[in-house]
Amino acid sequence: MKNLVDQLKTNIQKVIEGGGEKAKQLQLSRGKMLVRDRINNLIDPGSPFLELSQLAAWDMYGDEVPSAGIITGIGRVCGVECIIVANDPTVKAGTYYPITVKKHIRAQEIARQNNLPCIYLVDSGGANLPHQAEVFPDVGHFGRIFYNQAVLSSMGIPQLAVVLGSCTAGGAYVPAMADDSIIVRRQGTIFLGGPPLVKAATGEDISAEELGGADLHCRRSGVTDYYAQDDLHALHLARRIAANWNKMKKPNVTFTEPEDPIYPADDLYGFVGDNLKRTFDVREIIARILDGSKFDEFKALYGETLVTGFGRLFGYPVGILGNNGVLFSDSSLKAVHFIQLCCQRKIPLIFLQNITGYMVGRDAEAGGIAKNGAKMVTAVSCAQVPKLTVIVGGSYGAGNYGMCGRAYDPRFMYMWPNARISIMGGEQAASVLAQITRDQRHREGKEWSEEEEKALKEPIIKKFEEEGNAYYASARLWHDGVIDPVDTRRVLGLSLSAALNTPIPETNFGVFRM
Amino acid sequence: RYQSSDSGHFAPIEKVLVANRGEIACRVIRTAKRLGLRTVAVYSDADSHSLHVGMADEAYNIGPAASQLSYLNQERVIAVAKQVGAQAIHPGYGFLSENTEFAELCKKSQLIFIGPPATAIRDMGIKSTSKAIMAAAGVPVIEGYHGDDQSDENLRKEAKRIGFPVMIKAVRGGGGKGMRTAMSEKEFHGQLESARREAMKSFGDDAMLIEKFVENPRHVEVQVFGDHHGNYVYLFERDCSVQRRHQKIIEEAPAPGLTQTTRQLIGEAAVRAAKAVNYVGAGTVEFIMDKRQMFYFMEMNTRLQVEHPVTEMVTGTDLVEWQLRVAAGEILPLTQDELKLDGHSLEARIYAEDPDNDFMPGAGPLTYLNTPVPGERVRIETGVQQGDEVSVHYDPMIAKLVVWGPNRHLALRKLHQCLSEYNIVGLNTNITFLMDLASHREFLNGNVHTDFIPMYRKELFPQRPLSNTLLCAAALGFILQERIEGYSTTLQSLDPFSPFGIMDGLRINAQFVREINLQHKETVYDINVTYNCDGGYSVQVGDKDYLVHGHLEKSSDGFFQLKYSIDGNHIKASLVKEGPNLHIFTREGFYQVSIPTPKYLKVGTVGGGTQDAVSPMPGVIEKVYVNDGDTVQHGDPLVVIIAMKMEYVVKAPKDGIVEKVLFKAGDKVSKNSPLVHFQEEAPVGSTNSEA
Repeated sequence: MKNLVDQLKTNIQKVIEGGGEKAKQLQLSRGKMLVRDRINNLIDPGSPFLELSQLAAWDMYGDEVPSAGIITGIGRVCGVECIIVANDPTVKAGTYYPITVKKHIRAQEIARQNNLPCIYLVDSGGANLPHQAEVFPDVGHFGRIFYNQAVLSSMGIPQLAVVLGSCTAGGAYVPAMADDSIIVRRQGTIFLGGPPLVKAATGEDISAEELGGADLHCRRSGVTDYYAQDDLHALHLARRIAANWNKMKKPNVTFTEPEDPIYPADDLYGFVGDNLKRTFDVREIIARILDGSKFDEFKALYGETLVTGFGRLFGYPVGILGNNGVLFSDSSLKAVHFIQLCCQRKIPLIFLQNITGYMVGRDAEAGGIAKNGAKMVTAVSCAQVPKLTVIVGGSYGAGNYGMCGRAYDPRFMYMWPNARISIMGGEQAASVLAQITRDQRHREGKEWSEEEEKALKEPIIKKFEEEGNAYYASARLWHDGVIDPVDTRRVLGLSLSAALNTPIPETNFGVFRM
Repeated sequence: RYQSSDSGHFAPIEKVLVANRGEIACRVIRTAKRLGLRTVAVYSDADSHSLHVGMADEAYNIGPAASQLSYLNQERVIAVAKQVGAQAIHPGYGFLSENTEFAELCKKSQLIFIGPPATAIRDMGIKSTSKAIMAAAGVPVIEGYHGDDQSDENLRKEAKRIGFPVMIKAVRGGGGKGMRTAMSEKEFHGQLESARREAMKSFGDDAMLIEKFVENPRHVEVQVFGDHHGNYVYLFERDCSVQRRHQKIIEEAPAPGLTQTTRQLIGEAAVRAAKAVNYVGAGTVEFIMDKRQMFYFMEMNTRLQVEHPVTEMVTGTDLVEWQLRVAAGEILPLTQDELKLDGHSLEARIYAEDPDNDFMPGAGPLTYLNTPVPGERVRIETGVQQGDEVSVHYDPMIAKLVVWGPNRHLALRKLHQCLSEYNIVGLNTNITFLMDLASHREFLNGNVHTDFIPMYRKELFPQRPLSNTLLCAAALGFILQERIEGYSTTLQSLDPFSPFGIMDGLRINAQFVREINLQHKETVYDINVTYNCDGGYSVQVGDKDYLVHGHLEKSSDGFFQLKYSIDGNHIKASLVKEGPNLHIFTREGFYQVSIPTPKYLKVGTVGGGTQDAVSPMPGVIEKVYVNDGDTVQHGDPLVVIIAMKMEYVVKAPKDGIVEKVLFKAGDKVSKNSPLVHFQEEAPVGSTNSEA
């Protein structure tokens, strides 16, 4: 496990470098700051930054678009927890690849669900033209960004754009759709068509600054509201604007004074190996997450393959569900009961996934595992309390659903580097497919050699191996980031803090099939 | 042994009025209270919340801040004393303490003036008279001219006779005012003029005396005491050689390196001097002493001296108690034989002043004040507390720090330690200078003289580049303050424990690296700080790396104790943070380190940093004041526009150089047209005035 974490950190280090030394130097030579420094100067000094999906686009476009060219995350700005969306101009001039769009929209989704103001640090060349077909037209594509800005603003969620570089074409709408916008003189530009396009369309020769610079937009067009001397000034103005939002977070939960867990977090490297077949007790993880390692277990003796109970995380109340084996009917029913309790009491839920699925076989089916599993899925789907999911081991099949996978709208979802996610294990999938093929051959009266079977199975195992990997999932934004197990407590704490910016609503459950 | 005469009838003192302010008023009140006396304070408008007012049993306003109208207002002071039924007035030092008329006025009003008889004050107050009396009494005096012929020519002649270098002193002078040295005949005239001007201003009298100037002299003074019964003692000597602006800054008892013989000789000479003027009460006879320990009478101060505590510390006496008892007619509490020297004591005067700027006196708020803990060996004589103001109306002394040690070496060490614990924020002080002084090798060796500071100027005013250790401490100080502030802001919110309030720079799967710029005086240092996961920091200063750990503990109001380690070495410092400024107090001294003001706040272009002056509305150019290449300052008129029958003056939006005037008189302009184009801005801070 330690190896995986070290590998993760090495990879992230590379990702953080952005578009490489040359691009970095170019950015700095223009008097501009690097994107992470911009964020560091935007958020309260020294405060945490919960960066999301660092591995977006990892190994997708030939390993050339670190973090998909956009940094998203949650940080405190003058005491207000905000979503920050920042283009990295050193990566392909900050242009939007398909995953870039997805990451931007995911950030806005988090803002919507959790009532977090949005600050856009804009420095982007707009849509990546070669990928326009996967970027432009569909419901989850570029247009959605502006749709979201309008809708979020209508919900009273502040939208602030800081123009630190280009905002061309579609990008021009980010500041234009924002509630407030700031622009840096001789650095930020906003126009629907840039000088080359203008030249092509009308033959007019005009500089970018004249066409859409700070002086034009602050003095004449009124597209921008605040005029900044440089990056640092712009970020200072952004902080002032945030301070004037008059926004107060009022979490409607009880608090206790936080305590550190009594068990050290780095034990986790030992408990959880990279071989997922080795089992571990999820309580060991819970003891390293909760305040004072205090866990009030619910129904400890019933449905023991699912551990449920109450505790505190940084003083906030939480209900935890963690897998200790396959889900049976009784463990499913226990989950439903527990989720109902938490919803009624408005206690946020944390799911620790390490699940191969629901039990199969004659007894299980006869025992109604399908309807009992369905009850659990219903409960998870309908639960309106904040849900946070961490995949700490395997996440296979319907187990992923019952334990609040991505489709079940957890407010945040993370994965450990050892964890895997797929419809089933690679070997199982290969065996299933081999079995079907073998049966087919049998029916046709043909032989099927072991070599042939191997030839069939190997690529499937390999494909599952590759696609089940945390990096593969992270690259495609199936979750919000791969995290070091040691950081689980902090990451969950920050996520929960962010989630509590919106009041916890009442839950109405659907029909439970009895 | 004791002479006792019935020459006076003495009423016991039950209530004493203290006609002073600040530390000495507090000092007197403390002893008076210990003796069971009722105490009355007087105060000016500026002092209504001062410490001495609160300490006294009663306090009365005697007028406005200016001392002429309050603390020097004799009638008013006497009136209060009569009104409250005080039997005695203690004048402290300064103000009315050596004022003959006041002493007489007290007597006339049947009030005991706690000090010598008016005659003694008068005799000793005029330098020429005092010298003559001393010479007659067999006290060694220095060659000089004290005559009435004040013509420039005569004074120059006399100076030549005495032999250069000479000292020119105001006859009625004191405290270094109206005093100049002339090293040669050539500079005599200029120095004389200067001394006269100052004397006229300070004393209304410009009569001068000329004295032999002793090179590298020591200032050694003897504490004497007399009672109403003709008894006299000396309480040994003090060395006050190290001075700046001719004023004492650090004093000690006994004088280092004095032989037993000299000690006795100088003490006896001082007693002779006191006897010669029938002195009563506490007095100080000042001598200058040369390298061979020959001493010459300089003057007698007919009051309790600022530096009296060092004498108390080495003799185990309370001189204010002696004053009060003698004033009440008692005989001296101890005889000469009973007085013994014990150990060594030093006093450092802590002033609001700027040693780096020729000790220019300062004033201002004592925003934060932390003192060493007083005890048997440490006395803090002060009249102010945190939040008070050092007023421009009075002496800028903040406190006297008095320490005692079994010997000089240990006393000095204690002094240094206590100075490092004397932490003041809000105004400039001489504390760091005193620390440098007290640790100077020649001072440690006791080789003191009045030219000490000029002679060792270079070593006493070290250029103090911040050490990397200190930069690490400063960076850590800022970061830890940030943590505390973040934590407490969060705690006050409705979400008191949010982990977003933990300012540990958490970054996902990475370490937080930040650049911190720290400014000390004119230098800006670039420091890179990496937040390590163990709660420590890797600090990079230049090409050096340090591993820093530490935490802050709140100590007294506004102060934090920084306990930190650099590469495993543990260090402590005291910190105060005020906005972007961090005040660091270490054993080595005091440092102020700041986060530099960001450029955007310096430019001062709130409304936008255009390079151009633009027209505020459509109109016609009436007049153009500037030409291409002109240097203008912010606010200078550039162009006049007539619009809607009104004249508008377009002013320079900033300091700068005109690159191009874009219109001429008579031209029509539209709203927001650039009128005058400026050159690219010069680097911040440079001005055109030197060009």
